[in-house]
Amino acid sequence: MRSITRQKPFTEIEESLKRFNQVYIIGCGTCATMTKTGGIDEVLEMKERLEGLEKAVTGWTVVPIACDGMTDVTIKENERAVRKAGCILVMACALGVHRVTMYTSKPVIPALDTLYMGVEEKPGHFKEVCAQCGQCVLGETAGICPLTACSKGLLNGPCGGTNNGKCEVDKEKDCAWTLIYQRLKLQGRLDLMRKYHPPKNHQAAPRPKHIKL
Amino acid sequence: MESRFKRALNSGKFVVTCEVGPPKGTNIEKMLHHIDLLKYRVDALNVTDHQSSVMRFPSLGGCLSVKERGGEPILQMTCRDRNRLALQADLMLAHTRGINNVLCLTGDAVVVGDHKEAKGVFDLDSVQLLRAVRQMEAGEDLAGNRLDGAVSFCAGAVVCPEAKPIEPQLIKFEKKVEAGAEFFQTQGIYDLDNFANFMQHARQFPVKILAGIILLTSAGMAKYMNANIPGIFVPQNLIDELASAGKGQALQKGIEIAGRMIAAIKKEKLCDGVHIMAIGREELVLDILRAAEI
Ligand code: SF4
Ligand code: SF4
Repeated sequence: MRSITRQKPFTEIEESLKRFNQVYIIGCGTCATMTKTGGIDEVLEMKERLEGLEKAVTGWTVVPIACDGMTDVTIKENERAVRKAGCILVMACALGVHRVTMYTSKPVIPALDTLYMGVEEKPGHFKEVCAQCGQCVLGETAGICPLTACSKGLLNGPCGGTNNGKCEVDKEKDCAWTLIYQRLKLQGRLDLMRKYHPPKNHQAAPRPKHIKL
Repeated sequence: MESRFKRALNSGKFVVTCEVGPPKGTNIEKMLHHIDLLKYRVDALNVTDHQSSVMRFPSLGGCLSVKERGGEPILQMTCRDRNRLALQADLMLAHTRGINNVLCLTGDAVVVGDHKEAKGVFDLDSVQLLRAVRQMEAGEDLAGNRLDGAVSFCAGAVVCPEAKPIEPQLIKFEKKVEAGAEFFQTQGIYDLDNFANFMQHARQFPVKILAGIILLTSAGMAKYMNANIPGIFVPQNLIDELASAGKGQALQKGIEIAGRMIAAIKKEKLCDGVHIMAIGREELVLDILRAAEI
């Protein structure tokens, strides 16, 4: 599982940093490195661009896993450079941004937009496979998630927009329900497609979602 | 109370419905004109619901106009823009104003329309919406609470007889029947042999089927639909026929083709009626009916 991110437009980053002349940058060695949005190369490039805007980069680091508790240790180790900065620019997904926020009183600015949880299908191709809906139906849909793979998140079969196995929103995109149909048929479980799925419980995990073991 | 449309469906007559599209804006003159032209010539008028995800005057508003002017409206309802609270509320409002036919649709995706950044709701889907109608008729809302006053609707849905592959579409069709759909208006059909095959399957179920007839306005339009509209297949011989019509005559040819198809469907008793879609040229429905000798 990977948290898939995209770098924000640089003008937006510039705008968020307007009131800060000293910046500390934190990248992430896991997901953001894989998606080439917050690894060492991207952090160094960001450093250069910020210096081009006459900002002082008081320091930078790429923590192994930004969303992990170890991030606290890294921030403490770099305390002097962090203290000199007006803010911390985080080049990790929003989970990393939250972690950093937990461990510092400095303003924390995200440099990335967090898009979805995905898996790497083949090198460089990250696919959304789960929207963490709280009521998994994969057992009845041949392992294809209708909430993420279907553009409308439909639970009871294809809409009228399906066309030769493609989806109405994009001729390149497979229709999830055609895939589900084909796979269920192959498995001899087509009866599952006839099953009625009642409206989804959108409060299956109440908001804000929080589990205490 | 049984709606006028439901009585027509059960009368054994060849039923005709068509569409009116509400305007983008508050100038409803053209819509009212179309309603007046058609209200006594067809059994019911569908009022489209932000068709193709383009924001417009609401379907419910159009249905009220149809009703006020003595016509029989079919409320088109998509699941794209309203969650289950809003859908149920609109069903209750419709019921109290004498709108007692509803067509339950999933709705096109947001991104095909003109408000591309909007949130697509899809809290319910078409099957769940049909069931919601039936549950509210039984005096209960979707949360299981008792309603002080139930609704009553002749509820329908759509089906796409030309979809490829067809099997998933037929499974969904059956789920809609089980959910309580009484009638179906089909996506536009052009190949009557294919349609007859579909009808052979559909006949097993106790539902009324109205064949979708989309007016062809030119060979170019037919080709465009083949390439871009899911579930539409205009055979080459019809495209050639349109192309061979003289300059400025293609539309006339399209009317002739639509009339001919309707007449054939009626004569061969292929299904229970037709649903004519003239997409913005509703005044031509009268010409189509004349060409079909209805
Ligand atoms: S149904 Fe889809 S979104 Fe829900 S938990 Fe399963 S994979 Fe995730
Ligand atoms: S075409 Fe298929 S994937 Fe696309 S919205 Fe319809 S059912 Fe979902």
